[in-house]
Amino acid sequence: MRQFMKYFSASFLFISMVITSSIAIAADYKVGFIYIGPPGDHGWNYQHDVGRKAVDEAFGDKVETVFQENVPESADAERVMTQMALSGADMIFATSFGYMEPVLNVAKKFPKVKFEHATGYMTADNVSTYSARFYEGRTVAGHIAGKMTKSNTIGYVASYPIPEVVRGINSAYLAAKKANPNVEFKVIWIFTWYDPAKEADAAKTLISQGADVILQHVDSSAIMTVAEEAGVYAFGQASDMSAFGPNAHLTAIINGWAPYYVKKVKQGMDGTWKGAEQTFDGIGAGMVIIGPLSDKIPDSVKKEAMEIRDGIASGTLHSFTGPINKQDGSPWLKAGETADMGTLLGMNFYVEGIEGDIPQ
Amino acid sequence: MFKLIPRENVSPVLSLLGPLFSVGLTMIVGGILFYFLGVDPFAAIKMIFWDPLMSETFSTYSIPQIFIKGAPLILIALGLSVGFKANVWNIGAEGQYIMGAIFGASFALSLYPLESIVIFPAMILIGVIGGCLWSMIPAFLKVKFQVNEILVSLMLVYVAEQILALASLGFLRNPDGAGFPGSRNLNQYTSASNAEIIAGTGIHLGVLLSLLLVIFFYVLLFRHSLGFKIKLLGNSPKASGFSGDNPNKLIFLCLTLSGSLAGLAGIMEVAGPAGQINIDFNVGYGFTAIIVAFLGRLNPIGIFFAGIVMALTYVGGELTQFMLNLPAAAIQVFQGMLLFFLLSFDLFVHYKIKLKGNK
Repeated sequence: MRQFMKYFSASFLFISMVITSSIAIAADYKVGFIYIGPPGDHGWNYQHDVGRKAVDEAFGDKVETVFQENVPESADAERVMTQMALSGADMIFATSFGYMEPVLNVAKKFPKVKFEHATGYMTADNVSTYSARFYEGRTVAGHIAGKMTKSNTIGYVASYPIPEVVRGINSAYLAAKKANPNVEFKVIWIFTWYDPAKEADAAKTLISQGADVILQHVDSSAIMTVAEEAGVYAFGQASDMSAFGPNAHLTAIINGWAPYYVKKVKQGMDGTWKGAEQTFDGIGAGMVIIGPLSDKIPDSVKKEAMEIRDGIASGTLHSFTGPINKQDGSPWLKAGETADMGTLLGMNFYVEGIEGDIPQ
Repeated sequence: MFKLIPRENVSPVLSLLGPLFSVGLTMIVGGILFYFLGVDPFAAIKMIFWDPLMSETFSTYSIPQIFIKGAPLILIALGLSVGFKANVWNIGAEGQYIMGAIFGASFALSLYPLESIVIFPAMILIGVIGGCLWSMIPAFLKVKFQVNEILVSLMLVYVAEQILALASLGFLRNPDGAGFPGSRNLNQYTSASNAEIIAGTGIHLGVLLSLLLVIFFYVLLFRHSLGFKIKLLGNSPKASGFSGDNPNKLIFLCLTLSGSLAGLAGIMEVAGPAGQINIDFNVGYGFTAIIVAFLGRLNPIGIFFAGIVMALTYVGGELTQFMLNLPAAAIQVFQGMLLFFLLSFDLFVHYKIKLKGNK
C-alpha cells in the first residue's frame, strides 16, 4: 500500500507539473486541414499533405498550417473543425466528400472562417468546393491498360459507388475499349477508401480471375505491392507509387492540389477569396497530373498516351464523347456530343459494355 | 515459473483506487511515448486532460462536447456492465448500436415528410427494439444451444456494418442526394430530429437520458433484488440455480438489456450529432464502451465518470493532434493503455504472484 501511495503521489505531482506548463502559438494566418486517413497512405491523403507542405513553403512564417488525420466522416468531423476554428484557423480544407454536412454546419457557426471542401456539391457564403477531373487521367490510364493487357481482362478496385468513382470506371473503360475492342472489365467494390488488407485481397481476387492490369480507386499502395509480386501491371493512384512496384507500375494519376491550395490561401490572406465557388479542374490546370511512363510501355503506346493527355489538356479531346450508350443499351450521347457537367457530377450508371451492377 | 494465487481478502480501497492508478500510470507512460514522438509530454497531457475543461479558447465548446461524446459510451457501458457482472459477455454492442440507428432512422424516414409529435418517441422506441433484436440472436443461441455469446455478438458487428453499407447505398439513400451514399439528414426533419435541448451547446436528449439511466441502474443493481440475482449468477451460477432463479432467463435479460441500450445510443446519435445514416456512421463506441464499463468498475456511478474521462481523451486527444502534431494512433495507444493498466492492476489486487520453487 505504501508503495502504491508513492506511485500515486508521483502521478499527482506529474499532473500538477503538466498543468503549469504552457503552449505558445503564433502565426498571422492559420490554415487547417482534415484528412480521412493518414498522410502516410502514399495516396489521397498523402497528396493533400503535399499540398499543405507547399503552402508552408510558399508563405514561410506568415502562415501556420495544422492538420488532423483519421477524422471520421461523422459528428467527429464537426467537432474537429469547430475546435480548429476556435483555435484561430482562418481557413479550413476539408479533404473528403463525407465532410460535406459537417462543413456546412461549422461554416454557419463561424462565418468569418473560410472553408474549402473537396469533392462535395454543396456550398455557402463561406464554403467553396473543389474537385479534380480525375476521369481525364483515367482516360489516359485506360488507353495504356487496353494496350498492355494480354489476357484482355482489366481489374478495377473501386471504393464507394459514388459518381466520382463510377465516372472513373466509365472513363477508363471507354478508353480501354477504344484501344482494344476485346477488353473486359472486372470491378470489385470494397466500400472503403483506405484499407490495405481489403485492397490487397481485392487485387488478388482480380488477378486470380485473369486480370493482368489493375486499376484502382482506393488510397493505399497495397495493390501495387500485390501486382509486383504477381507479375501484373497496375497504376499508381493519387501519387506516384513506383517505389512499391518498380516493374508493375505503368504510370500514376497524380492529384495536384498544391497550386490550388497555395492560390486559395493567398486569396484568403489578401481578401480576394470568394465563397460559393465550385472548382472542377483537370489535366489542363495541373490538378490532374500523369506521372512518368514506365519503360515497359512500348514507345508507340507512350506517344498515343501523351497525345491523349495533351488533347484533353488543350480541350480538343473529351473523355466522354459520343456515341455512347448506357449499360442498358439506351442512348446517352449522340455522335460527337460531349457529356454535360450535371450528368458527370451525378453519374450513377455504367456505360454500355461494362458488366455487373453498381451496388445499390 | 509464476503462479497466480487468489487473495483471500481483496482490499476494497485498492480496487477502488485502480482506475485512478491506471489513469495516472497512463499519463506517465503515455507522456514517455509522446516524448519519443518529439512532442512535449507535459503540453500534450495538459492539452488532453486540462484544456478541454479549462482553456478559455475551447472550454465553452468542449465541455458540452465531452458530455455529447460521453453519452453513447455511458449508455452502452451501463447495459454491458449488467451482463459483465453476470459473466455474460456481449462484445457486439457496436452492431446493436448500428442496428438501433438503422431501425429508428428507417422508421422515421419512411414517414418523411409527414410531421407529427408521435414520430420522435416512436422512432426512439423502434431504435431500442432494433438494438434489442440484434442482441437476441446471441442471447437465443446462447440459451438454446450454449453457443458462445462472445463470438456470435462480435461477428454480428460485421454483419451489421454490411447492412449499414446496404442502407446507405440502397434503401435509405437520400433521393435528393445526387447519387451519393447516405440517408436524408434527420436534423432537417423536425419531427425526427434529436435537437439540442440547451441552445448553443448541442446537448441532446441522449445526454439527459444517459444521466437518468445512471441513477436508474444504480437503483436496479444495488437496491433491487434483480441486481442481486445478476451478481449471484456471475459469482456462482450453481447457487443462482439453487435459489430458484432461472439462469437462462437472466442471461437473456442481460444480453437484451445491453442490446436495447446500445440501440438507444444508436438512435440518439443518428438523429442527433450524426444526423444521417452513412457508411461510416459507427466510430467504435460499442467497443470503447467495454473499456468504460471496466474503468467504471461495472458500477453505474463509476461508469459515468469513466465515460467522461474517456470522452475527455477523445476531445482533448483531437486538440493535441492538430495543435501539437501528435499522430492519431498515439492517442489510440494512450486510450488502450488505460484498460491495460487497469486490468493488470486488478490482477495484482485479486491475486498473489508466487514463484514456483525448485522443489
